[in-house]
Amino acid sequence: MTDITPVATTELTDAEADAVAMGDYKYGWSNDDSASNYAFKSERGLSEQTVRDISAHKNEPQWMLDERLKAYQYFLDRPMPEWGADLSGIDFDNIYYYIKPTESQAKSWEDLPDDIKDTWDRLGIPEAERKFLAGVGAQYESEVVYHKLREDLEEQGVLFLDMDSGLREHPEIVREYFGKIIPHNDNKFSALNTAVWSGGSFIYVPKGVHVEMPLQAYFRINAENMGQFERTLIIVDEGASIHYVEGCTAPTYTTDSLHSAVVEIIVKKGGRCRYTTIQNWSDNVYNLVTKRAEAYENAIMEWVDGNLGSKTTMKYPAIKLMGRGAHGEVLSIAFAGKGQHQDAGAKITHMAPDTSSVITSKSISKDGGRSSYRGLLAVKPGATNSKSQVICDALIIDPQSQTDTFPYIRIDEDDVEIGHEATVTRVNEEQLFYLRSRGLTEEQANAMIVSGFVEPITKELPLEYAIEMNKLIQLQMEGSVG
Amino acid sequence: MADLVIKNLHVAVEGKEILRGIDLTVREGEIHALMGPNGSGKSTLSYALMGHPKYEITEGSVTFDGQDLLELEVDERARLGLFLAFQYPQAVPGVSVTNFLRMAVNAHRGVLSSDTRNDDPDAPKPIKIPEFRKLLEAAMDLLKVDRDLIRRYLNDGFSGGEKKRVEILQMAMLNPHVAILDETDSGLDIDALKIVAEGVNTLVTERGMGALVITHYQRLLNHITPEFVHILVDGKIVADGGPDLAKQLEADGYEKVLEGFGVELPARHGGDANKKPKTAGVAVGASA
Ligand SMILES: Nc1ncnc2c1ncn2[C@@H]1O[C@H](COP(=O)(O)OP(=O)(O)O)[C@@H](O)[C@H]1O
Ligand SMILES: [Mg+2]
Repeated sequence: MTDITPVATTELTDAEADAVAMGDYKYGWSNDDSASNYAFKSERGLSEQTVRDISAHKNEPQWMLDERLKAYQYFLDRPMPEWGADLSGIDFDNIYYYIKPTESQAKSWEDLPDDIKDTWDRLGIPEAERKFLAGVGAQYESEVVYHKLREDLEEQGVLFLDMDSGLREHPEIVREYFGKIIPHNDNKFSALNTAVWSGGSFIYVPKGVHVEMPLQAYFRINAENMGQFERTLIIVDEGASIHYVEGCTAPTYTTDSLHSAVVEIIVKKGGRCRYTTIQNWSDNVYNLVTKRAEAYENAIMEWVDGNLGSKTTMKYPAIKLMGRGAHGEVLSIAFAGKGQHQDAGAKITHMAPDTSSVITSKSISKDGGRSSYRGLLAVKPGATNSKSQVICDALIIDPQSQTDTFPYIRIDEDDVEIGHEATVTRVNEEQLFYLRSRGLTEEQANAMIVSGFVEPITKELPLEYAIEMNKLIQLQMEGSVG
Repeated sequence: MADLVIKNLHVAVEGKEILRGIDLTVREGEIHALMGPNGSGKSTLSYALMGHPKYEITEGSVTFDGQDLLELEVDERARLGLFLAFQYPQAVPGVSVTNFLRMAVNAHRGVLSSDTRNDDPDAPKPIKIPEFRKLLEAAMDLLKVDRDLIRRYLNDGFSGGEKKRVEILQMAMLNPHVAILDETDSGLDIDALKIVAEGVNTLVTERGMGALVITHYQRLLNHITPEFVHILVDGKIVADGGPDLAKQLEADGYEKVLEGFGVELPARHGGDANKKPKTAGVAVGASA
């Protein structure tokens, strides 16, 4: 689709796959402890004082504190959503709202739960990366690579910082855009995030600059990049392009049970942005994320979203097509295994003429898991000659599992072309027999059918992610994970 | 020796008996042809041997490589060296032929899990990519398979002929002891037919594979010469012979040939296309 990023081609994902060592990231990652100078840790639970303390500790400008306080009030006033997934298990009083991530995660390798360590083992995730994921890593050689990357980006005028540093170093830009796409009163969880946010990425790509390599959250020197309430702001200026990748396929362990991030993106005239997420939180986490982008004239915005982990996810990446000719795309995979509910989807709003959008959603439900597609497609008056295509396919592996679809469509314009397809497939006995007749076990055969099912999406992932994703699906299908 | 020995095999589908006592032995290096009118139970025999859950064995026994085949799971049968080239291969969208072949080859080597954590030095290892490449190249050369075909998704949107070729490619890669080819000739043009036949002949002569070639027509048998020909009618083998039997069938049709064996074709097969059956509702096979 876009040419801004090397994607895994069909050819590469097959025979060549093994040639590329698992998780052998070309650019490594960084975990610079010198940047983590926060010794502060809030009490469990949330109060106005906590919000003030967080802001004071970060030495924030008044306007940010005001923003946080407004949001906090809205969070208090707003009831829990009564639609979507069951959120009754969230205990807001038992959460640390501000904490150094190395503390919110396990302190040492030994402290990690065995099943998480085990899964990493099975995935063949390199030791150094595991430690990073566990938040117990130290310095890595790859920092050299990181600095090189930083220099290249700096030369091009690209800003790539953690959000706290972004606010300190570029307050005028942050102030201009922060909360403009997702205002504090958008929903209860974006309000919570606005009140207590910490960490996340701040990216600005100047006019006409193409960032060739996918930028990964790993590269951020930021002790807080695994935060529970991260806040990301990406501004892609006119004619610029970027691919941002967050998350990893390996399970991300956290002792805390709520992850509520906000991601705001602006893609100006003729710009392109792809934002790829692989979410694999451990199975105790409620993952409630608000993501929204605005795409202006002839801009392209793409969300690629893989939801594998968490206990419950509610996430509907949104795109507002603001300018003539803008194009938006949401590609998502949800895998709901035992005890999981993935309530995911997309929201697209056509605000201008000649805009187009595609939503492709693939979900897999297994071992009693439940996946829901929830989508909203809106075409506003005046968005003439708009086109939209929605495809959602659900694959159900066993009779205990469940899938449902909630596609909402609101069209206030006559001159539009809308397509909607939804399929629910159960694993076909004949297919299974065919694959097993070639020596594959039932689990392997199922895994193969699933990896084929999600291939339209995995092929859009950076190669190492595609490989890991396939491997993870295989492990999950073989019942040796979770 | 990995012989396939079928004794008095009875098979029912959805409670209806389709095979009514099959006796057949296919030894390594032997080519058998199984012929018979449509609906006589040829595919039923192949599915039952491969272990399709819908096909219920009601009586009889099958051993393969000295083991009770009927006790084994489908994939265990495959890994033991039994192969079925399907009459109607299934499509698996999103999975390339190459990727699929590699998984299948690995499974045949005993790699049955994606678990990379295995401390046992004797545990089966996946095939190395260069080695796999070489194998695949050799098989594709043998069968003159188009390079583009293996990058496509398995059987997804393939023509009938492409599907059949890829079935044979799988056979060549997996190196079975005994292969059942269920109407592999249908859907192939004459050139493809020759290539596939050559491929089968090579595996039989060079690797000692046993083959049970199921076909409707003599066509394929012009290029693959069976030592044994069996005719299946209404769930029973009613006639056995050598290569001449197949030629005779081609020349004279089932009805006439079977007459020579004292067998009448049941009414519903209607003999050759336009001929009316001579007698209706005759029990068949009693005098074979
Ligand atoms: N899966 C099935 N379900 C129902 N009937 C079947 C099935 N498979 C085969 N049969 C029946 O068994 C008989 C033999 O079919 P088949 O083995 O396909 O014959 P052949 O391959 O010789 O043409 C036919 O009457 C057919 O309708
Ligand atoms: Mg048949």
